[in-house]
Amino acid sequence: MTEQVAEPTSTGRRSWRGLRSRLRIPARLRRRREAAAVPGVPPVHPADRFRFADLLGEATADIGSRPGRLVTTIVGTVLGIAALIATIGFAQTAAGQIARQFDRTAATQLVVTPTTADTRGGATVAAAALPWDAVPRLERLAGVESAALLAEVPLPEAVIAAVPVNDPSQPPTAPPPVYAASAELLDTVGGRLATGRFLDAGHDTRADRVVVLGSRAADRLGVHRVDTQPSIFIDGIAYAVLGIVESTDVRAELLNAVLLPTGTARADFGLRAPGDAQARIAIGAGPQLRTQAALALAPDEPDSLEVNAPDGRSELGQDVQADVNGVFVILSVIVLLAGGVGITNVTMLSVMERVGEIGLRRAIGATRRQIAGQFVAESVVIGLLGGLIGATLGVFAVIGISLVRDWTPVIDPWIAVGGALLGAVLGLVAGGLPARRAAAIEPVDALRGGT
Amino acid sequence: MTAPATAPIPIATPGTTPAIELRDVTRSFPGPPEVQALKGVSVTVADGEYVSIIGPSGSGKSTMLNILGLLDRPTVGEYRLNGVLTSALEEDERAAVRARQLGFVFQAFHLMSRRSVLENVLLPMLYNGTPRAERESRAREALHRVGLDHRIGFLPGTLSGGERQRVAVARAVASRPRVLLADEPTGNLDQTTSAEIMALFEELHADGLTLVVITHDGAVARRASRRIRLADGRVSEAG
Ligand SMILES: Nc1ncnc2c1ncn2[C@@H]1O[C@H](COP(=O)(O)OP(=O)(O)OP(=O)(O)O)[C@@H](O)[C@H]1O
Ligand SMILES: [Mg+2]
Repeated sequence: MTEQVAEPTSTGRRSWRGLRSRLRIPARLRRRREAAAVPGVPPVHPADRFRFADLLGEATADIGSRPGRLVTTIVGTVLGIAALIATIGFAQTAAGQIARQFDRTAATQLVVTPTTADTRGGATVAAAALPWDAVPRLERLAGVESAALLAEVPLPEAVIAAVPVNDPSQPPTAPPPVYAASAELLDTVGGRLATGRFLDAGHDTRADRVVVLGSRAADRLGVHRVDTQPSIFIDGIAYAVLGIVESTDVRAELLNAVLLPTGTARADFGLRAPGDAQARIAIGAGPQLRTQAALALAPDEPDSLEVNAPDGRSELGQDVQADVNGVFVILSVIVLLAGGVGITNVTMLSVMERVGEIGLRRAIGATRRQIAGQFVAESVVIGLLGGLIGATLGVFAVIGISLVRDWTPVIDPWIAVGGALLGAVLGLVAGGLPARRAAAIEPVDALRGGT
Repeated sequence: MTAPATAPIPIATPGTTPAIELRDVTRSFPGPPEVQALKGVSVTVADGEYVSIIGPSGSGKSTMLNILGLLDRPTVGEYRLNGVLTSALEEDERAAVRARQLGFVFQAFHLMSRRSVLENVLLPMLYNGTPRAERESRAREALHRVGLDHRIGFLPGTLSGGERQRVAVARAVASRPRVLLADEPTGNLDQTTSAEIMALFEELHADGLTLVVITHDGAVARRASRRIRLADGRVSEAG
C-alpha cells in the first residue's frame, strides 16, 4: 500500500524530466531552476526543494486572515465574472426559449391560396385560380422538399355511406367533407397511414373511383380494414377505399375527410380549380419562397396569390442574442477590468505592508523568483476564488430569473468553468505588477524597518 | 543530468579555514552626498569564534553585517565565507548560501505576526532544503532549546519582547547555519531579557557555532570572546 502511494510522485517527476528534455529548455534556464550548486554547499535532494506546493501554501496561508480585505479585493472580480456568466447564460437561455417556441412543423410549411375578392352580390370568390401543374412548378424551387394540391369538393347535400342503400330510418347526419388531393399530399403534410396505401398519380390521370379516408371519417363510416376491399358510396356511387390516414403533422382537418384523386374530383364533381397548394420546405427558406412561389404559380399576376410562409428562424434568434451579448458583454468586461485593477491595487498594498516579511524571506534564502511567485500565486488564488464565486452567482442568477419567468435555463457547464478560470487568469495578469514590485525589494532596505 | 563541470571547492575543515574573511572592504553609497560607510575594513573570524562588533551610531556596523550576510556587496574588496569568494556567486546562489549557511537575528525580531511560533521557526527550512520529515522536529528542538516549548502554538503578538527574540534565535538556529549574524539583538530588550539572550548565544558558541553580534552596548559586547571596534567606517581596535 505504502509503495503505491509513493509511486505517483516518482513517475510524476520522471515525466516532468522527460517533458523538460523534450522541450529542450536551454541549459541556462535549467541551471537556474536547480540553483544552489554552490561550491561548499552540498546539493539539496529534489524532494526537499522549494516546490510549487510550498509556494501555494505560502501564498494562501494569509489570504483568509483578513476577510474584510479579501472582500474588497475580490468584489470586482466576482461582479465581473457573475455579470459575464449571467449574460452568456441569458443569451443561451433566450436562444433556447426561441428554439422551443419555434414550432418546427409550422416553420416548414408553406401554403399558397388564391386571394379572394368580394363580388357585388356579397359573395366571396377567388380572384385567381391555381394551375393544375402547381406541384411540379413548386417542386422546381430551391428549398421546396415536397408539394401537393388540395381542394375542398363542395358536396353539402351528398349522402356518403359505407352501404349502397340509403336508410331513411337513420337520422340525417352531415356528410364528412370531401377533398381532392394530389398523390404527394401524404408526404407533404407528414401523414402516416393506419392501413392500406395512399392515392397515386395513376389514380389521378385515370380518374379512378378510389378514396383514402381520414381516421375519424373512417370511424364514422365504420371502415376499419382495407384488405376486405371495402367501398364507400357517394350519392350511391361506389368508391374503393385504398387506405386510412392515421395522423398528419399539419392540416388535422384531413383526418375528418374523404380524399379523392384530383382527376376523379374533376370528372365526377366538376372541380374547376385547385383550392390551395401545400408545400413542405427547408427551415429558413420561408422568406425567399414567399415571393418565389407566387411568381412560379402566377408569373403574370403574383399578387393574385397569397403565400403563407414562415419567417426564418436564424434572424429571430440571432437578433435577440446579438442584442443581449453586445451590450452586456462589454459591460461585464469593463467590470472585470475594474476587478483586475482592484486585485492589482490591493495586492500592491499588501506588498507594501509586507515589506518586512519580504525582506526576511529574502534574508533567509528565498530567491526573487520565489517572492514573485508567492505574490502571483496569491493573486491567482484570489482571482480564482472570485471567478468561482462569480460563476456560481451568475449561474444562480440565470436559474433564478428563469424560474421566475418560467423559462428553461440553459447554460453550458463549460462556461461556468471558463468563468472561474477567467478569474484565475485575471489574477495572474493583475498580480504581475505587485509581484515585480515585491521581487525588486532589497532585503537590506526592507529589514531596516520593523515588520 | 550532467555532473557539475567545475570541481567543488573543498569544504573547509573546522579550524583551518576562517569562517569569515574581509579583505580591504569598502562600501560606498553613491550620493549625493556620497557616503563611505566602510573604508578598507579587514576582519577575519575563525570558525567557531564568537565576535562582537561595537561602535557608535553611523560607524558602519550594519553595513558590515549586511555584507557578511550576503545581503549587500562590497564596493571594493574581497569577502570569503567559509573559504568561498562570494563575489563570484550569482544572486540565486547567494540566496542559497544565506538559506543554508547563515542565520539572522534582527533588532526588530521580524516575526510573521499571523503565523504561530512554530510556523515562524519552520519558515527558513522551507527555503533551505532541510529534509521535509525532519523540519518539525528540528523546529521543536530549537524552541525547546530557547525554552519556549509552552509557546509553540502562540502568535508572536502575544509574547513578550524577550520571548519574541528567543523565537527569532530558534528560527535562526533551527536550520543549522554555520554562522549566526545578529544586528543589535538586544536593542529592543531590557537588561534581564538581554541577559537571557546573551546566555543563549554563549550556549550556541559552546556548541561550536560561529557568532557575529553587533551592538553598541558595551556590556553585551564584553560577553563575546573577541570585540572589534568600528569607528567612522574603519576598524579602530581589535582584540
Ligand atoms: N542605503 C544607504 N544609502 C546611503 N547611505 C547609507 C545607506 N546605508 C547606510 N548609509 C550610511 O552609512 C553610514 C553607516 O550606516 P550603518 O547603518 O552601517 O551604521 P550603524 O553603525 O549600523 O549605525 P546604528 O548604530 O545607528 O545602526 C551612515 O552614515 C549611513 O547614513
Ligand atoms: Mg545599525
